[in-house]
Amino acid sequence: MQAFWRDTVEFFPILMSGVALTVIVTIGSLLLSTVLGLIWALMRVSGIGVLTGFSGGLINVIRGIPIIVLLFYLYFVMPEFGVTLSALQAAILGLGIAYSAYQAENFRAGIEAIDKGQIEAAQAIGMSWWQTMRRVVLPQAVKIVLPPYGNVMIMMLKDSSQASTITVAELALQGKLIASSTFKNTSVFTLVALMYLTMSIPLILLVRHFEKRAGQK
Amino acid sequence: MIELSNVHKSFGKVEVLKGITASVEKGEVVCIIGPSGSGKSTILRCINGLESYDSGDILVEGARVDRNAPSIVSVRTQVSMVFQRFNLFPHRTALENVIEGPVYVKKEPRVEALERGRALLARVGLAEKADVHPPQLSGGQQQRVAIARALAMQPKAILFDEPTSALDPELVGDVLSVMRKLADDGMTMVVVTHEMAFAKDVADRVLFIDGGVIVEQGPAKSVLNQPQHARTQDFLRRVLHPL
Repeated sequence: MQAFWRDTVEFFPILMSGVALTVIVTIGSLLLSTVLGLIWALMRVSGIGVLTGFSGGLINVIRGIPIIVLLFYLYFVMPEFGVTLSALQAAILGLGIAYSAYQAENFRAGIEAIDKGQIEAAQAIGMSWWQTMRRVVLPQAVKIVLPPYGNVMIMMLKDSSQASTITVAELALQGKLIASSTFKNTSVFTLVALMYLTMSIPLILLVRHFEKRAGQK
Repeated sequence: MIELSNVHKSFGKVEVLKGITASVEKGEVVCIIGPSGSGKSTILRCINGLESYDSGDILVEGARVDRNAPSIVSVRTQVSMVFQRFNLFPHRTALENVIEGPVYVKKEPRVEALERGRALLARVGLAEKADVHPPQLSGGQQQRVAIARALAMQPKAILFDEPTSALDPELVGDVLSVMRKLADDGMTMVVVTHEMAFAKDVADRVLFIDGGVIVEQGPAKSVLNQPQHARTQDFLRRVLHPL
């Protein structure tokens, strides 16, 4: 136990630099996946055949490719087409795209859960499709969408560790590097696990809060 | 001000409107009665473009109603609609519901819209409920807010789609009396309703619709008191004397 505390004091600063990158990757890809997911979802419910079909197909393609392959593709293959991304950019882009499919399905479910009468009432006072979405449908859909959105945040935090496969020195990779140079596997990976858990707990509490609010109506 | 000529409409293979020709003059109150599924609501929904129609013409103040044309916005700002299930926006207060159209569609200055909104809520007897959200209101109160929301658009006509059918019987009167006041003030109204007493009292004209056609129409009292057509007689007998 004493050894563990000693190791903690020693490795904590290095691991914290990994945490910083983990947070950056998580927040970056969360924002990107939210924006993309919202675009896919709005295309899906637009009622315009081409857009609906395009976003439906795209979502299926994204869903069918493992995140790690998507990351490899962006980081190792894209340079061959003249698009060179830094590891961090590729990680945020890859995770953002991968998660946009799940975000889109979540948003679509929320939008479709809104009573048709709401849309008719908005149309009846002359609102455009976009006004109807922005003023009437989306504000009500948010409540429905938030609990699953919170779960996506937790999954995203943990999946950000996949960025380690394309050399982003986030928490998991920092841990691996320290472990392989010191052979203190137990201390290091226990610390890494605890740090992920510590970051997840606030998110778990947030999800619980969202669920309570959604339940209240 | 509203003219329908030979309007046809099908849902899939079912033809719900089989050539409706009718007109509503300015200041007139027209009640549409008839059995469920006869196409009454569909007529209203076609007039403000919530539903498309297959053939024929619907004109509002001379302009053709086409749900897919940009001109539909101008039709909808001239012809408001009140729904059976109110369809108030639950995430906005009563007052915000009322000013939504004026501020975001007609681009009225917010201050003016608020002032007018409060006056409209007072007119439907709900001045003190301005800051309450719809789920905290009774059905009758919600429907009166919905009427205020329709009035806020300063429409030339209001369409009512069974406005009291979803209400507890004791709350029907409040809504009907607001509607009667509107009629007295000269508002053009088209009302789909099962409230025969209201139709008899307030309507200038009654259309009886069955199977997608206008079976009988005329001054309210004559259609309701001395129906000529056998189907009208049968319908009225069932509605007025259900036992």
